[in-house]
Amino acid sequence: MKLTPLFSSVRQLEAEIDRYLDHVLEAGLVFSRAVEAYVRRGVEETYAEYIAEITQVEEEGDALRREIETRMTFHTLIPELREDVLSLIEQVDQVTNRYEESVYAFYVQRPALGPIDEGILELARAAVTTAEEMVKAARAFFRDLHAVRDHVKKVQFFESEADKVATRIGRQLFESDLELAQKLHLQQFIDRIDDIADTSEDIGDELSILVIKRLV
Amino acid sequence: MDLWAWFFLTGGLFLGWSLGGNDGANIFGTAVGTRMVRFSTAAFIAGVFVTLGAALSGFGTAGNLGKLGSVGTLLGAFLIAVAAAYAVYWMNRRALPVSTSQTIVGAILGWNVFAGRGVDFGAFGQFLGAWVVTPFLSAALAIALYLPVRGLLRRVRLHLLTLDLLTRYALIAAGAFGAYSLGANNIANVVGVFVPLAGRIFRPLELPGGAVLDPVHQLLLLGGLAIAAGVYNSRRVMMTVGHDLARLNPLAAWVVVVAQSLVLLVFASQRFAQFVASLGLPPPPLVPVSSSQAVVGAVIGLGLLIPGGRVDWGLFGRVAAGWVLAPTTAAVLSLVALYVAQNVFNLPVLP
Repeated sequence: MKLTPLFSSVRQLEAEIDRYLDHVLEAGLVFSRAVEAYVRRGVEETYAEYIAEITQVEEEGDALRREIETRMTFHTLIPELREDVLSLIEQVDQVTNRYEESVYAFYVQRPALGPIDEGILELARAAVTTAEEMVKAARAFFRDLHAVRDHVKKVQFFESEADKVATRIGRQLFESDLELAQKLHLQQFIDRIDDIADTSEDIGDELSILVIKRLV
Repeated sequence: MDLWAWFFLTGGLFLGWSLGGNDGANIFGTAVGTRMVRFSTAAFIAGVFVTLGAALSGFGTAGNLGKLGSVGTLLGAFLIAVAAAYAVYWMNRRALPVSTSQTIVGAILGWNVFAGRGVDFGAFGQFLGAWVVTPFLSAALAIALYLPVRGLLRRVRLHLLTLDLLTRYALIAAGAFGAYSLGANNIANVVGVFVPLAGRIFRPLELPGGAVLDPVHQLLLLGGLAIAAGVYNSRRVMMTVGHDLARLNPLAAWVVVVAQSLVLLVFASQRFAQFVASLGLPPPPLVPVSSSQAVVGAVIGLGLLIPGGRVDWGLFGRVAAGWVLAPTTAAVLSLVALYVAQNVFNLPVLP
């Protein structure tokens, strides 16, 4: 068995996982900017740029994810860790997908946000903060298992904040004079953004379990 | 070709197969139980190194005929080997790690009783020592080893993938070394008593390149292959050791294997004791230790230390009962088999 190529393959894999997590953060930043642009100016030229940007980030992330999956399947041979990491990467990928779907949904459906425009901004910020903390937890899983717990605690806190914002603006929405159809339409956007925080929390919970299995 | 010699040899091969099926768990149980190494990989590596150990380094130990050498007749040795092999096989079926060495001694105790030589109570003392002292020593050593290594790893903060790869190689290296020692040390018990018959079983085998494999080495190779084949049957015992008794992490899996080797080195090796004494240091006391009991002790010790270790005390109770049952069963089986062979079939079992 040749050791050096395997070690270099593992090093490459480590770098790819780091880059993959960078993409998740980047997708969050683009999402934040896109929502802000939509709330302030609606769909105009800059929004189209965000569409292009999030599509590119998501595609690069997907390519990296496939590369990681292939490398884990064929080049490293640790069954337990492989399954855990593959499941983690798949779950994290859902966050990037939710970012992309939301940016596209604003672009395609162009909802009139009316009374909840500032609320949607606040909710988007809370969701991105939750996802960013989840990325920190995921990085810690690979480098510093003992730090995962602290990050997961923060993920839970921010997710709960996001839920509070979602509930508040949901009530605000249904207390408004908008048509029921419009209220239901906007509620979908609230749910869609809140889902980013929920998915991040689920990943945090999964990380807590993985840590218990591996804690030394 | 002597068919009787072949027939007798099957007893030894059965013992080798059972031994591999149980002792395979001592070397790769924690690696497979923590899923750091696949069972197929572990069995292949163990099989290769067990065979190499038996064929290359087994001659010294096999030359002294092993434990069965004291029996004196081939039929007696065959019956004792089958009794011990069956007792270990029964434990394998129940997925319990036992000491094959103690089981063989148990079967020989049965022969001693049958031959009217009385019971060697020294052996009981050794058994008790191994059952009680080894697990504690091993658990203490495993914990003493685990804590500083864990501290070091926390400080170094290797990437999890690198750490797992290193742990995996360390487990494979330790397992390969353990398998080599298993083959070298146990082949005497498996085929030692048949060494004088080797010429009646095998002819010198010419290998490509002009080398000749003599009958004794063919016998050792066959015995090694029997142990290796047994290792392929050790998955359930491995899971008891590495997964069911306590939940270990990859580092603990490695520490268990190292602690086991250290226990055998420090408390059972006369050479090591002499070496320590030659340095002017007080030598460690030599106590009867067994690798199966050392592994179980280390697993329990670390299972208690690690958060979420969840030691299964009920299973430990069954394992401990197995330690008593295996030699006892072997003793009773060999006594009955010898009695039946002599008194029912009129066969000469005593020298």
